[in-house]
Amino acid sequence: MEKELRLMKGNEAVAEAAIRAGVDGYFGYPITPQTEVIEYLMEARPYETTGMVVLQAESEVASINMVYGAAGCGKKVMTSSSSPGISLMQEGISYIAGAELPCLIVNVVRGGPGLGTIQPSQSDYFQSTKGGGHGDYHLIVLAPASVQEMADFVDLSFELAFRYRNPVMMLSDGAIGQMMEKVYLSPFKERSKTVPEWATTGKPPTRERNIITSLDLDPARQEVFNQKLRDKYEEIKEKEVRFEEFQCDDAEYLFVAYGTSARVCQKSVQLAREQGIKAGLLRPITLFPFPEKRIRELADSVKGMLSVEMSNGQMVEDVMLAVNGKVPVYHFGRMGGIVTTPEEVVDSLKSKFIGG
Amino acid sequence: MAVVTGIKGIIKPENLVYQKTRLMTENILSYCPGCGHGTAHRILAELIDEEGLQSDAIGVSPVGCSVFLYNFIDIDWQEAAHGRAPAVATGIKRLFPEKFVFTYQGDGDLAAIGTAETIHACNRGENILIIFVNNGIYGMTGGQMAPTTLPGMRSSTSPFGRDVSIMGNPLKMADIVATLPGSYYVTRQSVHTPANVRKAKKAIKKAIDYQKLKKGTCLVEIVSNCPSGWKMTPVESNKWMAENMFPFYPLGDLKTPEE
Repeated sequence: MEKELRLMKGNEAVAEAAIRAGVDGYFGYPITPQTEVIEYLMEARPYETTGMVVLQAESEVASINMVYGAAGCGKKVMTSSSSPGISLMQEGISYIAGAELPCLIVNVVRGGPGLGTIQPSQSDYFQSTKGGGHGDYHLIVLAPASVQEMADFVDLSFELAFRYRNPVMMLSDGAIGQMMEKVYLSPFKERSKTVPEWATTGKPPTRERNIITSLDLDPARQEVFNQKLRDKYEEIKEKEVRFEEFQCDDAEYLFVAYGTSARVCQKSVQLAREQGIKAGLLRPITLFPFPEKRIRELADSVKGMLSVEMSNGQMVEDVMLAVNGKVPVYHFGRMGGIVTTPEEVVDSLKSKFIGG
Repeated sequence: MAVVTGIKGIIKPENLVYQKTRLMTENILSYCPGCGHGTAHRILAELIDEEGLQSDAIGVSPVGCSVFLYNFIDIDWQEAAHGRAPAVATGIKRLFPEKFVFTYQGDGDLAAIGTAETIHACNRGENILIIFVNNGIYGMTGGQMAPTTLPGMRSSTSPFGRDVSIMGNPLKMADIVATLPGSYYVTRQSVHTPANVRKAKKAIKKAIDYQKLKKGTCLVEIVSNCPSGWKMTPVESNKWMAENMFPFYPLGDLKTPEE
């Protein structure tokens, strides 16, 4: 079937892609700059066509717990929010990770801390990739850099979420969520008629009861469970790393950037090369798992790396860990809702590595 | 040991007057002697069995003394975060509208940390059953003041009695829920005497039947005791409950459907 071409906002693309991916339920709460997701779904009324449930909850705390309940039924369910709302969800996300439930959480990041701004930012990197809530856990984190990827990553997120029984976060930002681009939409997929064997469906006489929980008061058993999670994350690190390279082959300096910053850096690579500086770009598509192996390899062929993020320097720590002192690594980024310009990035590269 | 053998010899099907309910598991209840939770669990398990709902029931257990409820009744369960059971149940029921979805929550869970989830689930009229066990205290953490602790009542965080001028007033959540358009049946019961156990069971049966109609949320409050938290014997605690809790939380229906 041919893909349908449309001009859409990133937030609308997520909503449309969810309907087309056969998502069973969406639970959310309005917050700028992601409110179009639930507005689009309410307008589209998928409950009359595919049967997808759409519900506006009383808070992000409630919506993530509705996701917990529905995900525990083995259904494809999701929520979306923006930074302050995602902070409220952290309790529920920790429980979801602890109960090993698959689901999709979309974060259309805005500047913080606190209420911060409503403009785009990448300041939730730590929260998204290092756990976010209490306890040892990781989300699988996908970072879209276009409206097309916001649409495409819905299906990919559920594929990964169910494969690993792990929550997936799509870490977007206010720029990609709000901007309009052309997007090729996948054909409609039917909602699944079956659920995994661990799902709570009502206990038939043919099986033991299914229990969705993250509680075990026996420390020895809890440690075994923690080890199981660790093994799962190791497997994810082994198999699911995704990234994109842009003019890295002959690069002497490497930008590492994701999402909106990666798009800015593409232009910066071009500007730098026009000035005779051989720059390249590595764009992590998965932030957890992080493309540390590839970055380590590139550390053998470049003179330095610049982590470009709209934050006070968060991903730069992971770049440094990967590089492990082989070459200098610096951070550059604007904050508070300001999107970095390509020229600023080149200037930063020159001042940090070349002088002048 | 000979005595046990002897009893086994005496127990014949025709002499049997009482046995473990079929849907109660072999796991040992984690409750203190004299606690009302065990009785409340039993009537719930009996009803799920009698109504033929084992394969349709999905329960949501709370955080509190009954956190391990999922170990005690042989149905599918989800364990919710503290106070979030009505939101979790909403997620389940919206995806499985034909299943029997219920929560079982204590007063700290339902009336303090989960107040928003409780009120909004009931106000949306989620077609779920909420069983609310109110013993006026945080039992699991060792007897701290709850949103339902009576004025003047002692707890480990109100050691000189609840002073409402400082600590605020107890909250009557069932009364609040009864005022909401989304609630369908709200009642307050107890399980401290055989007569009350029968009444409570009837009320829960009604609530189970009503939730099949999909006309809104049913809430059954069970005013119960906490001998350990109240620092009384089971008998004393039941007497104290009747004398002090019931005047403040009167038993009976708070909202019944217009039939």
